[in-house]
Amino acid sequence: MNPQIFEKLKILAEAAKYDISCSSSGASRPNTEKGIGSAAGWGICHSFTEDGRCVSLLKIMLTNHCIYDCGYCVNRRSNDIPRTTFSVSELVELTIEFYRRNYIEGLFLSSGVVRNADYTMERMVRVAKDLRTIHRYNGYIHLKSIPGVSRELVAEAGLYADRLSCNIELPSEQSLRLIAPDKDYQSVFRPMHYIQQGFLESKEEKKKFRHASHFAPAGQSTQMIIGVSPDDDNRILHLAYAMYQRPAMKRVYYSGYIHINTYDSRLPALSAPPLVRENRLYQADWLMRFYHFKVDEIVNETHPNLELEMDPKLSWALRNPHCFPVDVNTADYEMILRIPGVGVKSAQLIIASRKFGRLTSENLRKMGVVMKRAKYFITCHELPAYTIHEVSPERLRQLLTLSAKKKKDDKQLIIHF
Amino acid sequence: MLYYLYDGTFEGFLTAVFDVYYRKEIPGRIVTAETALPLFTDIHNVITAKDKAERVFQGLQKKISQSAIHMLYICYLSEIQDIERILLRYIQKALTSPVSIEINFADDDVLTLSKIYKKVLNERTHLVQFVRFQKTADGMYFALTDPVYNVLPLCADFFQDRYADQQWLIYDSRRNFGLYYDLTETEIVRFEHPPVDLKTGSIVREQQDDDEKAFQDLWKEYLQSITIQSRKNLRLQRQFMPQRFWKYLIEK
Ligand code: SF4
Repeated sequence: MNPQIFEKLKILAEAAKYDISCSSSGASRPNTEKGIGSAAGWGICHSFTEDGRCVSLLKIMLTNHCIYDCGYCVNRRSNDIPRTTFSVSELVELTIEFYRRNYIEGLFLSSGVVRNADYTMERMVRVAKDLRTIHRYNGYIHLKSIPGVSRELVAEAGLYADRLSCNIELPSEQSLRLIAPDKDYQSVFRPMHYIQQGFLESKEEKKKFRHASHFAPAGQSTQMIIGVSPDDDNRILHLAYAMYQRPAMKRVYYSGYIHINTYDSRLPALSAPPLVRENRLYQADWLMRFYHFKVDEIVNETHPNLELEMDPKLSWALRNPHCFPVDVNTADYEMILRIPGVGVKSAQLIIASRKFGRLTSENLRKMGVVMKRAKYFITCHELPAYTIHEVSPERLRQLLTLSAKKKKDDKQLIIHF
Repeated sequence: MLYYLYDGTFEGFLTAVFDVYYRKEIPGRIVTAETALPLFTDIHNVITAKDKAERVFQGLQKKISQSAIHMLYICYLSEIQDIERILLRYIQKALTSPVSIEINFADDDVLTLSKIYKKVLNERTHLVQFVRFQKTADGMYFALTDPVYNVLPLCADFFQDRYADQQWLIYDSRRNFGLYYDLTETEIVRFEHPPVDLKTGSIVREQQDDDEKAFQDLWKEYLQSITIQSRKNLRLQRQFMPQRFWKYLIEK
């Protein structure tokens, strides 16, 4: 084997590592005619790096050469770093050999921009095309589309990829103009729009012909960098919420800014990435996607930032004492989900079991409800009434944040996929 | 105390349940023949019989859903001590109750089994996640595994579908059996002496494919390169990747 491969892998994995998304979920692709591999429909993490992140895909760049100069990026033109480029066949071989050994679920390919968007994207698409057509590879492929890429190339990429992504990176156009002046919102949103169109058209066609071609069956995702610009959580989450209203948008990722390009005075000199804030944003994202919260309930003009000391669900509960206590034996699912200390699983267990008889606090505890929290927000006709109203929201805030402080280390990022 | 001895198969266990009803007695324990028994116990030897197992199965089908029956089988694979007794209690309750008990999580046995079920399925997921194949000189892909529950049989379909165009063998070092796929079907195999180092799971160098070492090194290099040092969190890593799997991981 070519010894250069080691050097290239090192440089180009390093170059890709700040892209947070590693999800391989959402596509189900059965093995066809004894080709290689299948996509499982749910993501499988094959390893975890020392920073605790899931490794599901071979996340790599085609090249780290770039004509652009985005402030937050390691690969920006003005950085003096070793640069290299994979050939299409090198990447194909690496993907297949890793895949056959059960190291990975598939490939996540991104790239710096060489010459122009289409020139770059064309080579990325070649990798995906060779994998699918020459090697009959059915594993997962995620292609990150290059800003400003043409509709034709997006259309071709969608034929081979399971997921496409376009990163917004900065939550407002102003910030983008300041920090990444080579890009604008148009160059990001237009490809995003092409993907959505392709996705919807292929869905329509599938209804008519069973063998209509796939188009990025796992939809698209995007990422925002947190803490590099002054944008508040209100802005970030409203943008995310708007994104989720689009039919093909599956995931929005939040990536705590890491201060790499220390010489650039436009950027905030953070000593450590804002991991707690990032975690709170993911929790808020979960509330929107799985807990039926509207974005305005989580953040708004008067409450523009998530509280760092507590999760957004508890924060909402403390701001809305009039909604509690909730009677677990009668309340509907939506309301049970909103009780602090109750997760989706325990909410479902509660709804299923209470048909058989009244639930006691002991039942709840065994079903996984965190009673230390929940007890202030529920009644089940046996607990002495010591709810948020008796304790008062202010006092409860103190009580519950105090006990959480001890576990501060746990607040590191957990990536849900 | 009354002991029921059976052969350790699910069919054998269902036969034991049949005997409980037929003989109108409740054993203190239902155990496999290998279990060490105290002196002076009453013993009933269960003779596995397909038709008896089938009767119990049909009885259950009238009372609980197909997926609940499947859940019982998965829990059985946990091989947890005295799982047979919990399963028996569940089955007795299921058979006597006029309505299905399967979602009554206020019942201790229903809740306990639902937790065991999740644990076993998690172990299955772990196996799928952390199996690492090594390519042998004759082109076969080999992996050693050591799951706490007997979940390898549950993974056969997954691996057969995913790696349909390569020969592979996954060997459970704890239970001493493996699944071997020969490009057409998957079968169970047993070795006197598996041709590997049981401590590390690696096959001897002479039997490795020429490029095997290189790809292992590339994989290790890759994992090092994508780690973000400023986010280092070893506890989180251990939480997701239980240490008991590390011995057969190439990267560890
Ligand atoms: S275009 Fe991409 S690779 Fe190039 S500098 Fe900007 S973020 Fe970095």
